[in-house]
Amino acid sequence: MMEGLSETSRPAIGHGFRLQWESAQDAHVLLYPEGMVKLNPSAAAILTRCDGARTVTDIITDLERSYSAEGLDKDVLAFVRLALERNWLELRP
Amino acid sequence: MSTVTREALPGRPGPPLWLLLELTYRCPLHCVFCYNPTDFSHVGAELDTAEWLRVLREARALGAVQLGLSGGEPLVRDDLAIIVAEAHRLGFYTNLTTSGIGLTEQRLAALRDAGLDHIQLSFQDSTRQMNDFLSSTRTFELKSKVAALIKKYRYPMVLNVVIHRLNIDHVEDILAMAERMGAEYVELANTQYYGWAWLNRAQLLPSREQLRRAEESTRRFRERLGSRMRIFFVVPDYFETRPKPCMKGLGRIFLAISPDGVALPCHAARMLPGLAFPSVREASIGSIWYDSPAFNRYRGEGWMKEPCRSCPERSADFGGCRCQAYLLTGAAANADPVCNLSPHRHLVTRIVAQAEAGENREQALIFRDHRAPPGAG
Ligand code: SF4
Ligand code: SF4
Repeated sequence: MMEGLSETSRPAIGHGFRLQWESAQDAHVLLYPEGMVKLNPSAAAILTRCDGARTVTDIITDLERSYSAEGLDKDVLAFVRLALERNWLELRP
Repeated sequence: MSTVTREALPGRPGPPLWLLLELTYRCPLHCVFCYNPTDFSHVGAELDTAEWLRVLREARALGAVQLGLSGGEPLVRDDLAIIVAEAHRLGFYTNLTTSGIGLTEQRLAALRDAGLDHIQLSFQDSTRQMNDFLSSTRTFELKSKVAALIKKYRYPMVLNVVIHRLNIDHVEDILAMAERMGAEYVELANTQYYGWAWLNRAQLLPSREQLRRAEESTRRFRERLGSRMRIFFVVPDYFETRPKPCMKGLGRIFLAISPDGVALPCHAARMLPGLAFPSVREASIGSIWYDSPAFNRYRGEGWMKEPCRSCPERSADFGGCRCQAYLLTGAAANADPVCNLSPHRHLVTRIVAQAEAGENREQALIFRDHRAPPGAG
């Protein structure tokens, strides 16, 4: 699956995982069977955009616009790769 | 990004992130290693649907987010799908632990539609049932059918088998069965010695040699199956030199509600003396979690005695298990006697030595039954 990752891939939250905002923790969390990861703001900014419809390029463009930043592509790709490895994300055709 | 280890803020503890509802003690099985309290038939009436839903709402409002549904056998409650639906609506991640008995396709479909996130098929088997499973095609086929259903509904197939002296030599067969059943995760958890299992400990604790062979079989399966079937093997802590970080600290993350509404900081804590565990019938979850003396008793480090009090490990293992300390040393605030710094370590060593020598095994096995055994409690 990792080889399949490109700028036209459409990542989505992995099957069995759930992303949500937890006000008690003041953070987004990713829930999975009997466990939870508390996300830092940049991880949350990426994951909340992974809806299976947007491509990686769309996500990068959107992030750069929202945060008035440039050259985020490397960081975003690296994080998406890590999230795929952990099954937090899966790729949609 | 950090995994869930919540630093206890000075003063206010964090919310009960992990809520476990033990929906019922009723169960069609009679397990020798059941950790349910030995006097379970004396506990009060089960909470009704409305009461469980209130528990869910109050706990969620405090920040609870992982929900475990267990028992007994939770499927004996016919309002299970209603409870799951409300939990899902509130934003809980819902985990069901079941023996699979009573899990028809119709019920599974209803649970899935209600938003159930995860299922763990648990071999809460009595020895007799394990033998059936290993020897009778009929029982195996029943379990396989449930496993196939679970996969059909796109849940990962997680199998949990409690291991003890009487079945540990069959680990090879158990894993072969799990493979044929298509399990993706297998947890071989050694019995924890509380409740019924404590009464039966002399019969249930394996020898070191048995453990070694079981780990060896596990290793071979791991090598052959790799990520196709992941196997977790949990060694009984009597064989370790340091205790488990019980519940990551009592009153820190975990809140269990018993069938009759009694709130506990761990499933076994009811046995701890001198604590009046509050009931959700009389108090709100918030006041129980934050204000009740029973939940504050073993919170933090103030209750600790030496050697824990000055030990650098205390913020990592919280001095181990209070129930184990109480059962073996008679005082819950002592260090868990599994710890090799505990002055009571010799008690654990003796139990292990007795298991090696095969002592005390002429005593009959006590099966979980509706009558409390003589001298229990
Ligand atoms: S002395 Fe207490 S805190 Fe230290 S390792 Fe042992 S049980 Fe843990
Ligand atoms: S106090 Fe002991 S029995 Fe209770 S959860 Fe902790 S480890 Fe388990």
